[in-house]
This record gives sequence, C-alpha cells and structure tokens, in this order.
Amino acid sequence: MPDSTEKYFAGGHVRVKTGAVDHHCRTPDFLKGKEGVVELAVGEYLNPEKLAYHKPGLPKHALYQVRFRQKQIWPKYQGAEGDTLVADIYDHWLEPASTE
Amino acid sequence: MTGVNDIGGQAAGPLDLSEHALSSFDQRVDAMLMLLVHPNRGAFRVDALRRAIESYRQQDYDSLTYYERWLRAIRELVVEQDILSEDEITAKISELAAKQAKA
Repeated sequence: MPDSTEKYFAGGHVRVKTGAVDHHCRTPDFLKGKEGVVELAVGEYLNPEKLAYHKPGLPKHALYQVRFRQKQIWPKYQGAEGDTLVADIYDHWLEPASTE
Repeated sequence: MTGVNDIGGQAAGPLDLSEHALSSFDQRVDAMLMLLVHPNRGAFRVDALRRAIESYRQQDYDSLTYYERWLRAIRELVVEQDILSEDEITAKISELAAKQAKA
C-alpha cells in the first residue's frame, strides 16, 4: 500500500510506547505503556510534533482512535467494569500488543 | 517528568463545571488566534501555540487564565516568526496605554 502508512486496523491490539519526551507531544503520559484496541484508523495527518516547531510536518502519520479499559488505566478506578476511554494516538506512539 | 499540561490523572481537587460567559478579552484573543492560524495567513499552527504554552514554568501556567495563556503564546510566536519585534509590541502597548490614560 504505497499510499498508506496504516499499520493497524480496527480490532487490533496495541500498546502505547513509553518514554519521556523533551518536545511537544500529543500522547498523554497516563496512557504510556497501556494496552488498548484500535477503534478506528482515522487517516493520515501532518505530524504535530514537527508542526509545533514550524516544520512542514512530513511525513504524515496515521492517526488511530484507541479504546482503553478505564480499570487498566487507573488502579483505583471505581466505575463500572466495562467503562472505556478512547484517545487519539499517532502511529509512531504505538506498537503491536499480543492478543490476550 | 511530564509537561505542565500533561496532568491527566493527577490529584487536582474538585472540578469547576460551571458555565461562564466569555469576556471581550477572551473573544478578542480567540479572534486573533483564528486570524493568525488561518491558512491565508499561516503565521503558525495551533501546534506551535500548544508547544509555547506547554513550555511555561509551572507557576506561570497555573496563574494564567486559559486565554491569557493563548495571548502570551501568540506574543511569543509572532516574535519568533518575525512578524512583529518585541520592541514594536512594547511600543504599541505604551502608545495605547498613553491614549487610554488621556481618555
């Protein structure tokens, strides 16, 4: 697929990469290292981590909506078992996770 | 170590969920940003605005209101992008302050 950089598809299990950054980054710290399931491949967008410094933002990066289980994110979560949270995560912040 | 903005999940006390009207200051700052980031002007991207705001020291980030953060970032970015110089901005502020004092 020369026109697409999409690596993940809806239903795929992914993990958010860990690591501190010293530049503008849209990936929230509370999701780093957490596993989720791809809800939707949204499309390809200019890289905000480059746009933030007046760079063209190329190459574009695939953006995904990833669904996480609240109980997995927050150790003391007291809501319903099935509660989830969906976050926008760019492909370079994701890695494949094994299906449980 | 995360940015001053990246605080999801940290203890912060109760949230104030009340609605409030936007002041004319808020609306002017919003309008200024929309004009600057509009593709016809393209002074910078909103990503740069976020980056500028995220670089504030904690005490500044906490003490500024939402639109005050925007305004301070806009000021930094128009200088960074050579649209206005810091001298031009301070001169204009003095000029307007003098005019206001007379009125």
